[in-house]
Amino acid sequence: MRYAMAVDTKKCVGCSDCVVACQTENNVPIGYCRDWIVEVTDGTYPQLELEIRSERCNHCDNSPCVRCCPTGASHYSDGGIVLVTHDKCIGCGACIASCPYDARYPHPDGYVDKCTFCIHRVQKGQKPACVEVCPTKCMYFGDLDDPNSDVSKVLKKRKYKTLIPEAGTKPQLYFLI
Amino acid sequence: MKEELIISGRMNYKVDPTLHIWGWEIPLYLFLGGLAAGILFFAALYYLRGKENQYQFAVKWVPMFAPFFLIIGLGALFLDLHHKLYFWRLYTSIKLQSPMSWGAWTLMVVTPLSLVWSATYVRELYPKWDWKLKWIFDLEAFLIKNRRILAWIMIVYAVILGIYTGILLSAFNARPLWNTSILGPLFLVSGLSAGAAMIMMLSKNPLERIKFSQIDLLLIAIELALIIHMFMGFRASTQVQIDAGAMFLGGPYTLPFWIFVVFMGMILPAFLEFWELKGNHVPSYIPGVLIIFGSVMLRFIIVYAGQASRYLY
Repeated sequence: MRYAMAVDTKKCVGCSDCVVACQTENNVPIGYCRDWIVEVTDGTYPQLELEIRSERCNHCDNSPCVRCCPTGASHYSDGGIVLVTHDKCIGCGACIASCPYDARYPHPDGYVDKCTFCIHRVQKGQKPACVEVCPTKCMYFGDLDDPNSDVSKVLKKRKYKTLIPEAGTKPQLYFLI
Repeated sequence: MKEELIISGRMNYKVDPTLHIWGWEIPLYLFLGGLAAGILFFAALYYLRGKENQYQFAVKWVPMFAPFFLIIGLGALFLDLHHKLYFWRLYTSIKLQSPMSWGAWTLMVVTPLSLVWSATYVRELYPKWDWKLKWIFDLEAFLIKNRRILAWIMIVYAVILGIYTGILLSAFNARPLWNTSILGPLFLVSGLSAGAAMIMMLSKNPLERIKFSQIDLLLIAIELALIIHMFMGFRASTQVQIDAGAMFLGGPYTLPFWIFVVFMGMILPAFLEFWELKGNHVPSYIPGVLIIFGSVMLRFIIVYAGQASRYLY
């Protein structure tokens, strides 16, 4: 099993619904966010290209955060989801410095926090909150090992990219282009 | 022109707008760890070479500072933790791939070792000292008999500690400035140089001072070579490392680095020591303080600049 997410940059309008849904679902403290929207403008007026991406933790296959964690708090869970065990985390910040995507932050309670792919929902057969609420249905989530999952199907027929593949992290957040 | 903006408003604590997860605590700790490594390295080295009486400040006196430096450094590390009450979790696991994990274990060995080393010299240096309990006297006699073994363990762990302060940073490939294997040797040599400077300043034996002044000159030359090597590496690497190097070659860290670290911390003290070796009188605390200042600034600048260097996507 290998959970992954695909975000369609052609459909995303950057409404930030996913950001708010995540904050509500996961009780993210005010002023923090586990996912965010990046808008890329390329070119010179009037030849402009726009790309909008909903970004979050890439749940990498070769996660630098898991590698550098001194206590084993950062670990791979079911389906490759990268999680932090709160009462093992000492809040040293090594994982925060190691993440090329800046996807982690120190929670006000001390431990390090990040996107969990809403594992508590996924285990119940539901989709992550951000995927569920997206008004343009631009996000796909599922098991890459299952050829009939939403994410497998869409990655089969569309072109895609990952962010900073050169960092060698083997990210599992795909952007359809 | 390409412009990337986070439009949903992200201002995560200590992460945005640029990473600043590590403040003064980490560079202070890296400096104190390196300094202690340098002091313990020379103590063990000259003991093993049978020169404990010739260089008695290096072997007997100065190591007494090392446990204090290590404990202050560990205190700084503790202050840096965000989940402080769980610090003991470091010692419920060993993760070889995490430099911070084996660094924590190294400190667990080096700190008591430095205390024990100093304790075996206390009665020699302060003849009136009384351990009060018989078993401590017995233990002391046992340790003094096995000092050679202690010295071998100490020299190995001093090198590990010195290199670890650099590898801690170089293991992060997300921060291109840190992601160079030169950082391990550079921090080790810088720590040895600071340790030698400390001995040079505190020694009351002119021959010992001259010896450590010569050692410092050699270490500074190695440090300069490593720094040049590091920038050659950056210039010849990928775009992110070219950008990381550019922060010091015309970018915002150019003046602090080349003035505080290279000129004031290396070239000027090297010149003063050279001047002294030529027979002129230079109070040894001037080059000593400059070297230690340079060593502190190296850590601060590398830790701060590294957090500002990143992959852009």
